[in-house]
Amino acid sequence: MGDLLAARSQMAVSLGFHILFAVVGIAMPVLMVIAEARWRRTGDSMYLELAKRWAKGTAILFAVGAVSGTVLSFELGLLWPGFMRFAGAIIGMPFSLEGFAFFTEAIFLGVYLYGWSRISGRAHLVAGVFVAVSGAASALFVVIANAWMNSPAGFHMANGVPVNIDPIAAMLTPAAFPQVLHMLLASYAATGFAVAGIHAIMLLREPQNVFHQRALAIALIVGVPAAILQPISGDVSGRYVARWQPTKLAAMEGQFRTEAGAPLRIGGIPDVDAQRTRYAIEIPYGLSLMAFHDPHAVVRGLEAFPRDQWPPVPIVHVAFQVMTGLGTLLALVAVWVAITAWRRRDVASHRSLLRAIAVASPVGFICIEAGWVVTEVGRQPWVIYGVMRTADAVTPMPGLIVPFLVISALYCFLGVIVVWLLYDLVMRSPTMRGGEGPPPTSITSAG
Amino acid sequence: MPASPALSLSVALIALVALDAYVLLAGADFGGGVWDLFATGPRRDAQRALVSEAIGPIWEANHVWLILVVVLLFTCFPPAFSGLAIALHIPLTLMLIGIVLRGSAFAFRNYGTAADAPQRRWGRVFAIASVLTPFVLGMCIGAIASGRVGLALQRVGQGAGGRGAVNARESFWALFVAPWLTPFTILVGLMTIALFAFLAAVYLTVEARDSELREDFRMRALAAALAVFVTAFGALLLSPSLAPRMSEGLIASRWALPLHLLTGVAAIGAIGALWTRRWHLARISAAAQVSFILFGWAAAQAPYIVPPNLTLQNTAAPRRTLVLFLVVLLAGAIVLLPSLAYLFRVFKSSEALRAGPGDGLGPH
Repeated sequence: MGDLLAARSQMAVSLGFHILFAVVGIAMPVLMVIAEARWRRTGDSMYLELAKRWAKGTAILFAVGAVSGTVLSFELGLLWPGFMRFAGAIIGMPFSLEGFAFFTEAIFLGVYLYGWSRISGRAHLVAGVFVAVSGAASALFVVIANAWMNSPAGFHMANGVPVNIDPIAAMLTPAAFPQVLHMLLASYAATGFAVAGIHAIMLLREPQNVFHQRALAIALIVGVPAAILQPISGDVSGRYVARWQPTKLAAMEGQFRTEAGAPLRIGGIPDVDAQRTRYAIEIPYGLSLMAFHDPHAVVRGLEAFPRDQWPPVPIVHVAFQVMTGLGTLLALVAVWVAITAWRRRDVASHRSLLRAIAVASPVGFICIEAGWVVTEVGRQPWVIYGVMRTADAVTPMPGLIVPFLVISALYCFLGVIVVWLLYDLVMRSPTMRGGEGPPPTSITSAG
Repeated sequence: MPASPALSLSVALIALVALDAYVLLAGADFGGGVWDLFATGPRRDAQRALVSEAIGPIWEANHVWLILVVVLLFTCFPPAFSGLAIALHIPLTLMLIGIVLRGSAFAFRNYGTAADAPQRRWGRVFAIASVLTPFVLGMCIGAIASGRVGLALQRVGQGAGGRGAVNARESFWALFVAPWLTPFTILVGLMTIALFAFLAAVYLTVEARDSELREDFRMRALAAALAVFVTAFGALLLSPSLAPRMSEGLIASRWALPLHLLTGVAAIGAIGALWTRRWHLARISAAAQVSFILFGWAAAQAPYIVPPNLTLQNTAAPRRTLVLFLVVLLAGAIVLLPSLAYLFRVFKSSEALRAGPGDGLGPH
């Protein structure tokens, strides 16, 4: 493995690991706050118990997210010093704002986790709201920084160096809105359904368990609207990519030829040497229609660009199929839940729907990983699209395979532990039913 | 438009304040981990419980000061950040592993399963990572101060500007290991552990609720103060040969003498206050002592970020970026400072400390 590939792999592992925890840190506070608000309104201690349990899981996941995010902020320089030397002054602004948002999140999470009996009920709830809002704000800012790499703005080039740097214009880059919208919705959809799936599995075992019924309801309130809205935001993103990153779009769709009325390919395996995508189901005019909202629009294929500017086409295409395919599935389950609830039927006792929710549990997270593969691998060979090649950004230190293996091993280890701890936390959930006495004292007075 | 010297200096001073906050707050959290590792005597479990209770609600917020320093460095002085990341790749990666293990292990211990054996295991990981992380951080600072990192960077071709490739004749060891692995940097690393342990022990004398525990940490604070003195003296002895720039700066800089005097006064104040059991005075003096040591280092190597050639001026981002950064900082501070004040009031005010452990989510 060469140094460049090792560096890219380490970045991929670090980002792929961190994003799971970051997403939970964005959405989980919303679930906690809803549970706590319901407890304060209804006095039903089951909601308090739920808020505390979710807080406990969030505490573990947030801690791992915070430290793995720190790793990323250093890795920007450790692996890509050429990039940071070029881009630091241009996109430091969203990173700084993200720093403040994350600071606020960490402060109020501390207050939330440890302050149950130290501050007033209202203050505690407000602290939870601050955690949720600042979590979303840090996602907003950090995704803006990534968006800039896809559509660099806010500077001019003179002799290979950026001049006339305008950090505000850099933040208003065209990729910012579609990417931020897509990522925020993804966070709520993935987390909402992951949590709903866990409680759906528990309900399939113990249909009468009120704890899991309430948990399911709250998780779905967060997950369902986001999963239904996500395809619309996907359309916004797709049209952005079509306009600003034609090579990425061509790789996503396995579109080698430039053609008017391009078909939408579902599935298929791109054959880069033969320059065609085999075994795909082709929907006539579909791609032109989706990418430009015009069935006869011309879609530029990869052939329109020099071969050394193509991203790795098969990876991008397959990842895109995974994201859109599974994302559609998640949206369909969400629609099913919405229709069931709208007809005033009880979701928690609808066994086939519970099974579907259980199956959908990991789907959102798989979509998020696939989506980041699309956006990051699809940007290659550029680290800054059209401006700087990834190969020119990598650190001159040789032997990068060693840190790659070390970080990967560390994250594998942590991943296993986290899964085991969360499993343990879920399995210790209360088994009693509604109206059968007070919740276990070990929960309300956990100290 | 290039930034004026006054502008880049003001941004650098803010970076120094943020680094100081990291050292005083997160440093003490790491120091708590040191005392977890060295918990001894009949009150061993009580010592560990106090450490855990003291850092639980605040360690994640304290940790963010480091992120702020990193972001500030790469936004306002991008070539300095890139250069440090290249030359200190190995120790910074080790430090990150320490940060990851410390934070994760603490969370696993406190919010994870309540069973005894895993709790002890995570406690051990937390404690060892709490010792290693400041050690490597100190080594990095020592390596920068010694000027060897800057010299290695020049040889990698990243000294003044532009990218370069590694000169094949230079060995990996000479470029990427030797600059940060010297007796001087090891002593600075040990001194950093001692400083953090000192801060933690002093803070814990204020936070302990019973007098026996308080006496435990008083003795630990005094022992750590001695360790600080020994390691600092050793580093000073080695500096003329191994870190000549540092030693010149520490003597010749305009600020050197007043800062040394202030450090001395604060150190004597801290030890005197510990001796006479004036806990709050000890806390302020210890924090002042550590801050003055940090400021002394900064003054000794000013105007260099990475001596001998990366200065505040030749690595500063354009004026517009720095001005905007200051605006963001001001806006951020308006949100951040009241929030931080609130956090510390809820968990660290005298009433909060008297109230005892709250309802943390811990398994105890």
